[in-house]
Amino acid sequence: MAARTRYAPDRGLTVRMTATMFLLGLVFVAFIAAIIGIGTAYHASDAAIVLFAVVLGGGFAIGSLFYSDKIALRTAGAREVTPQEAPELHGIVDRLCALADMPKPRVAIANSNIPNAFATGRNSEHAVLCVTTGLMAKLNPEELEGVIAHEMSHVAHKDVQVMTAASFLAIIAALLIRVAFYGELFGGGRGRGRGNQNTAMIMFALMAVSIIVYAVSFVLIRMLSRYRELSADRSGALLTGQPSALKSALVKVSGDMARIPTQDLRTAQPMNAFFFAPAMHLAPKGSLASIFSTHPSLERRLAELDKVQQQLNRRAG
Amino acid sequence: MGFLDTLLGRTKPVQPKLDDLFALPSAAVTLDAGAGFKPTGSGSVCFRPVEGRSFSDVQKDVTELLDVSSGAEGGLPVEVTKDSYGFNWLVSSRMSDELDALVTDLHAVNSSLVDNGFGPQLLCTLVAFKDDSERRLALVYLFKRGTFYPFAPISGERRDNALELQVKGVIGDDLKFEPDLARWFPVWGAPGL
Repeated sequence: MAARTRYAPDRGLTVRMTATMFLLGLVFVAFIAAIIGIGTAYHASDAAIVLFAVVLGGGFAIGSLFYSDKIALRTAGAREVTPQEAPELHGIVDRLCALADMPKPRVAIANSNIPNAFATGRNSEHAVLCVTTGLMAKLNPEELEGVIAHEMSHVAHKDVQVMTAASFLAIIAALLIRVAFYGELFGGGRGRGRGNQNTAMIMFALMAVSIIVYAVSFVLIRMLSRYRELSADRSGALLTGQPSALKSALVKVSGDMARIPTQDLRTAQPMNAFFFAPAMHLAPKGSLASIFSTHPSLERRLAELDKVQQQLNRRAG
Repeated sequence: MGFLDTLLGRTKPVQPKLDDLFALPSAAVTLDAGAGFKPTGSGSVCFRPVEGRSFSDVQKDVTELLDVSSGAEGGLPVEVTKDSYGFNWLVSSRMSDELDALVTDLHAVNSSLVDNGFGPQLLCTLVAFKDDSERRLALVYLFKRGTFYPFAPISGERRDNALELQVKGVIGDDLKFEPDLARWFPVWGAPGL
């Protein structure tokens, strides 16, 4: 269909995201190569340990994917609400779903003064969207709609699956570090002779490779997470047609975050990857912390939304 | 949406399906015969306005165009209202026996938005009906799905599900009905209903 459209994809973002995923893939391949390399170099099979880590890590990843909605709701202390209990919220979600042609996610509210929102679930049929009472109190309906559109874009982009798949490597690497560490500790005490020395070398090499893989993939995963936030901002703003409402929501939410004492936020920290804005102090631009942040800086997000605004106002071509 | 688009987080806005709207007049005849509901002559298009001059210009043009065409036939001017969710409703009122003209009006709104690249902003179109005992009913057309569903509000933000299902039974074969009941979302306080 040759319908005229105002919605060109953001090339730059696509290229950066592809590059990040490619690098993650490369790290994965290098990791496997290193493990095989260690095995052949020491004429020993480290397959058992690696297999153990893969099965355990895989189980962990699949488990967290399948129960992501339940885990997230419990961690946030959220409760699912019916259309009768929260008619406005359901109304916003209904309209956005009809506009985007998406199945409706379950809607939940968390009783918290921190203004935030998240969406999770293994696929769009099992998605759950949660907003905090603080968010609903702080934002006007249009801003709230902007935030919900951002979260629904996460669902449409299958961000939970993508991020789980991306984290798989890091989970295995982290497990191997641990296995190798204990292998080194206990394996060293048992027997004596050449065979034992060999095992120690394998464990040491495994640990070293795993640490490097873990560190590199960690930075890449965080980078990917930031790009996916920008994508969700962009798709959400295109869906509602109101980038300014999302911008003002971002400013309100981020401004509030910085003023809240950190002690309350410790419980919120593991959930950051799925939040609308991280419940932490926003990292200053260019600092080391910004490399490890799950979300892009406020300035970056506002600048990207400016682009959407210009795009929507152009004459159709 | 393709696998690659999902992987790269590029949702494409969904283009509306417009053509199925023209099945409405013949279904209205069946609805009258089967359930006693007649069109009130009022219908509306609901869309999400986009911020900026570009969109407000298009909206102004559409309103003027409809005013001219309905004014020439002695009809009422078109009304634009904004609901509490920030969606705009463009209401066209015709005589109750002019359903064909009403559908043409609504189609004009839809196609001019699409022609100007704002097709993804279209949410739904609503045509109002009522029976002899003044029960209200709307047939809602979902642009993105190309399907219809009935909406029968009763006092206190409740809906008459029995009537809605009855309507589906009567005209389910004439119109493409939305099979997923979860998508029959309520449009409380829709103008023109």
